[in-house]
Amino acid sequence: MLDAAKTQETLLEVNNIEVIYNHVILVLKGVSLSVPKGGITALLGGNGAGKTTTLKAISNLLHSERGEVTKGSINYKGERVQDLDPAALVKRGVIQVMEGRHCFEHLTVEENLLTGAYTRKDGKGAVEADLEMVYSYFPRLKERRKSQAGYTSGGEQQMTAVGRALMSRPETILLDEPSMGLAPQLVEQIFEIVKSINENEGVSFLLAEQNTNVALRFAHYGYILESGRVVMDGPADDLRENPDVKEFYLGMSDEGRKSFRDVRSYRRRKRWLA
Amino acid sequence: MLNEIFIKPFVDMVEAPDFLLQVLWEGLVSGILYALIALGFVLIFRSSRIFNFAQGIMVVFAALTLVGLYAMGVPAWICVLLTLGVMFVLAVAIERVVLRPLVGQPDIILFMATIGITLFLIGFGEIIFGGENKVMISEELGIPTGDTVLEPWGGLLILQHLDITVVVVATLLVLALLAFLNYTQMGRAIRALGDDHQAALSVGISLQTVWVLVWFIAGIIALVTGIAWGARAGVSFALEVIAYKALPVLMLGGLESITGAIIGGLMIGMLEKLFEIYWGQPLLGGNTETWFAFVLALVVLLFRPQGLFGEKIIERV
Repeated sequence: MLDAAKTQETLLEVNNIEVIYNHVILVLKGVSLSVPKGGITALLGGNGAGKTTTLKAISNLLHSERGEVTKGSINYKGERVQDLDPAALVKRGVIQVMEGRHCFEHLTVEENLLTGAYTRKDGKGAVEADLEMVYSYFPRLKERRKSQAGYTSGGEQQMTAVGRALMSRPETILLDEPSMGLAPQLVEQIFEIVKSINENEGVSFLLAEQNTNVALRFAHYGYILESGRVVMDGPADDLRENPDVKEFYLGMSDEGRKSFRDVRSYRRRKRWLA
Repeated sequence: MLNEIFIKPFVDMVEAPDFLLQVLWEGLVSGILYALIALGFVLIFRSSRIFNFAQGIMVVFAALTLVGLYAMGVPAWICVLLTLGVMFVLAVAIERVVLRPLVGQPDIILFMATIGITLFLIGFGEIIFGGENKVMISEELGIPTGDTVLEPWGGLLILQHLDITVVVVATLLVLALLAFLNYTQMGRAIRALGDDHQAALSVGISLQTVWVLVWFIAGIIALVTGIAWGARAGVSFALEVIAYKALPVLMLGGLESITGAIIGGLMIGMLEKLFEIYWGQPLLGGNTETWFAFVLALVVLLFRPQGLFGEKIIERV
C-alpha cells in the first residue's frame, strides 16, 4: 500500500510557506510537505503546532480569518492555487473538513450533505447517486437524515461533515482533527471509514491529528509539526518505530522509567524537536 | 373604565361579527405586506449579519423607478421588468461597492453602511425622478379597482379588489420564496450561510453570489410592496415608513426566523387594526396604529428576548 502511494504522482505540494495572522502573528515558519495521489498523509503535532493553519492555508479559508500566506508556494497538480478562493479550489477537487465539525445546525442531515454538492454541475441524478454512496459509508446518517444536524451526536456530526465533503466528489480531502471530542471506539470507526473511502473511492487525504497513535496506524506517510515547522517526516511505519516519536507522541519509551541522570539528554532531544 | 377595556370591545366583536371580519381582513392585507418586508430583512440578516436599514428606501426607490419609467413613455409591463433589472443592478452594485470591501468588519459598521445606502438612494431618487408625490400606475398594471360586497350573517363585508390582489400576489410570493429556500440548491446555500459562514465557504458556497441574490430578493419584495402600498397611498418618500413597520415584526418573530417573519407580520397587521378599532378609537382618540406594534414588540421582548419564533439556539449538553 505504501509503495503504491509512493510511486504515484504528487497532488499537492506545499513549499516552505509562512503564514501571518493579522499582519503580526507568525504562525507557520516555513512548512513544506507533499501529498501523493491515493495516499493518506498525516500531519501530526500538539496544540498550536500549526496543523489547522496549514490546512486552511491550502484550502484558502485563511483569508476570512485575516491570515495570509506571505512566503512560499502551494501547488495543486502543478498549478499555483494560493490566490484562488475556496470555491475555486473545491471545483478543482480539494475540500476541507474543518475542525469541530461545523455542520449547518438548522439544516437536516440530508440537506447538509446536499450543500456539499453546491459546486457540482453534473445534474441531479449524479448527486442522488452520490448521496446513496455516502449513506453506504455512513448507514447511521441514513437513519438520521431528516433530523436537524444541530441535534445529532458528535459522532454523527463528524460523519455528516465528512459525508458533506464527499458529496463534492473530491480528489483530496483536508481532514482536520476528526477525533476531536469523540469516544475512542468512534474515532476508530471514523478512521476505518476514512481508510475505506481512500481505498474504494481513490480519495487522497491530508489528515491533521493530535491522536498520533491512531493517525499513524491508518496513514501512509506522516509529518510532525512543532511551533510552525516540520521537524520530522517519514513513512508512517518508520515514524511509529522512531524512539523520539515514541517518547514524545506515543507516550512509550524503550528505556522504561527514566533515572534523574537521563534528564539532561532528554532535554537535549526535546530542544532538538522544538 | 374597566368595562370599556375588558368587556365592551369583546361584546362589540360578538355582536357585529361582520364588522370584526372586516377589521381582520384589513389587518391581514397590511399584515401580509409587513411579513413580506420582514422576510427581506431576515434573508439579508441571516446570510450576512447585516441589519438592512435601507429596506424602506428600497421600497420607495422601486416604486419611483416604476412610475418614473412609465412617465417616460415605456409600456407598463415593460416598466416592471426594467425596474426588476434596476433592482438587480442595485444589488450587484451594493455587493461590489459596499459589502465586499467591508467584509469582516464589525456588524455596526455594516449597519452604518446601510444607512449610507439609504441616504444615497434618497438623494439619487430625488435627482432622477424628482421629490414630488406621484400616482401609482395601478390601472395600467391591470390591478383591478372596485369591490366585492359579501353579506356574512346578514351583515356587510367589503373586499376591495386591490386588497384581494395584494393578498393573492403577496401570498404567492411568500410561498415561492419558501419553496426556493427549502428545495433548491441556492436556497439551501442561503440557509447554510446563515448557520455557519466558514463551513459554507469550505464547501465552496460563494458569499458574493448569495449576497447579490438576497439583496435582489429584497429588491423584488421592495417592488411588490411599493406597488401595493403606492396604489393606496400614492408614491412618495413617506412610503419608507411602512418598511419600519417591519421592525416590530422582526422583534416579534425573531431576526433569523423565516416562519417568524411571516406569522409575526400577519399578527402585527391584524392586532394593530383590532386594537385601533376596538380600543384605540374609543379610548385613546385613535391613531394608535403608528405605535401599537412597537409597544407590543417591546412587551414580547421583555419575556422572550429571542422573539416569539427566534431561531432556537441549538445547544447540546
